[in-house]
Amino acid sequence: MNRDLIKFLAFATLILATPQVLSGSYLMNVLLFVGIHTMLAIGLNLLLGYAGQISLGHAGFFGLGAYLSGILTATYGWNPWLAMPLAASVVGGLAFLIGFPILKLKGHYLAMATLGMGIIMYIIFNETIGLTGGPSGLSGIPAISIGSLAFDSDQKNFYLIWSFTLGMTLLTLNLTNSRIGRALRAVHDSEVAAQVLGINARLLKVQIFALSAVISSIAGTLYAHTMTFISPTSFGFNFSVELLTMVVIGGLGSIYGSFLGAALLTLLPEFLRGAQDYDIIIYGALLMVMVKYMPGGLVRGVPDLFRKLLKKRGARHA
Amino acid sequence: MLEVSGITQIFGGVTALEAVSFDIRKGDITGVIGPNGAGKTTLFNIISGIYTQTSGRVMLNGTDVTGLPPEKLAMLGMVRTFQNIELFGGMTVMENVMVGLHTRSKSGLLACSLRLPWSRKEEHRIRAGAQKWLEFTGISELSDVTAGNLSFGKGRLLEIARALAVEPGIILMDEPAAGLNSQETVELACLIRQIRDLGITVVLVEHDMELVMDICDRIVVLNLGVKLAEGTPGEIQKNHEVIAAYLGDVD
Repeated sequence: MNRDLIKFLAFATLILATPQVLSGSYLMNVLLFVGIHTMLAIGLNLLLGYAGQISLGHAGFFGLGAYLSGILTATYGWNPWLAMPLAASVVGGLAFLIGFPILKLKGHYLAMATLGMGIIMYIIFNETIGLTGGPSGLSGIPAISIGSLAFDSDQKNFYLIWSFTLGMTLLTLNLTNSRIGRALRAVHDSEVAAQVLGINARLLKVQIFALSAVISSIAGTLYAHTMTFISPTSFGFNFSVELLTMVVIGGLGSIYGSFLGAALLTLLPEFLRGAQDYDIIIYGALLMVMVKYMPGGLVRGVPDLFRKLLKKRGARHA
Repeated sequence: MLEVSGITQIFGGVTALEAVSFDIRKGDITGVIGPNGAGKTTLFNIISGIYTQTSGRVMLNGTDVTGLPPEKLAMLGMVRTFQNIELFGGMTVMENVMVGLHTRSKSGLLACSLRLPWSRKEEHRIRAGAQKWLEFTGISELSDVTAGNLSFGKGRLLEIARALAVEPGIILMDEPAAGLNSQETVELACLIRQIRDLGITVVLVEHDMELVMDICDRIVVLNLGVKLAEGTPGEIQKNHEVIAAYLGDVD
């Protein structure tokens, strides 16, 4: 077995063992969000960390996936297992169409264009009241079920969400270690050199933008069916920025980094509850310290301990 | 092999190239020389699809490739290197060359994500192919080094290895000797001949006259955007117009 697979199995084992420790605790609920946020951060990282293209509108794709699934199941009585792939295809197709014109842009201009895209989607969630319920939200979204097993508790949802997140982790690890992953990093480092070697940089960027939107949409579906209620505030500009922060803090261009970033930014507010009004200050300071002293993110800044731990566990499983 | 006819490039009001035409013969090493500002790099950027010329035509192996983007030209067997080497600085030397095999492999998003058996086999083939070019250029012992940490000279070799991995029919090199010391330049001359011996047509823009006169079969001289002369190194050295352009008119 190769080392990457052992690493992944160790990671998966660690994750899937957490309910043994935390069962019944309110932290179980937080771990659901860690899973969803990890998936979103991985999706955004493919675009930002690997291909080097920014998006300030990814919350929009997340929201679109959530609303499409929510509306199809709550209003039209679809099975969530059908709504999920349909939503993902629609969101992916849309991202592909949007991506062609806007990924021509670079740097700040791309940031502005994706920002606009996210805001437009946010406005649509708010204004199409007949479909989405507008600002008061969409309720009555059914839980996902397999046969008679309904994913209606935190514990059950933990396994549902994390099967998706872990699956996504494995697929994206494979992808980033392949010719496509290398082509993405090549485009990031020198677009012109990638092109003269025969890489269609523009098409590749659009494809990865669409893939990252599909991942966000699947996370959106899982979110909608776990919460059973969604409202536009979860899918606004603030959340796009939070996702970006997760990717940067965790480590650009690292799949495990996305998990670390998502875990930190999701768990931190829980542990800072005691600090009440100061949490936002601590959060801001942390961001500044990270960017200044660990520009490579947690995954490169605190790697040795983490890797040693994983290796030890991995060796036992091999 | 490569036919350039009537290339004119106007930037704003400045004519950078005016009706430049020449043919590159298959299997030759051709040098494009000229004083600073002659339009050599502009010409290269047009031939390699990075700029679109104001007018004129480029034919590659009898096919009109005018205005095609660089990635299409790579598919048709034309690659280039850059004066200020363009490496993928965050990737290893091995990975850089593996990117060169992109057009020679085809696993898509899905096959790569699922690590399907044939995509894994392809990955092995890519690595073996890259290894071959690292050995050819003599940098295989550096394969795990991050490309951004290479010396300029080794970086130049890596860029050439990466371009060769595309398995081109023709390679354009923009000032390959720039920034190299004399020992490295001698080795470069040797490498360029070896590339030609593989049957790859070589075109280079170069300032190092000793190198050009030494290795080129034919030379095209540009001055102020116009083709001044074309011929063998011996002919060029005796050409009065060329001497005047380089040294100033003695009259």
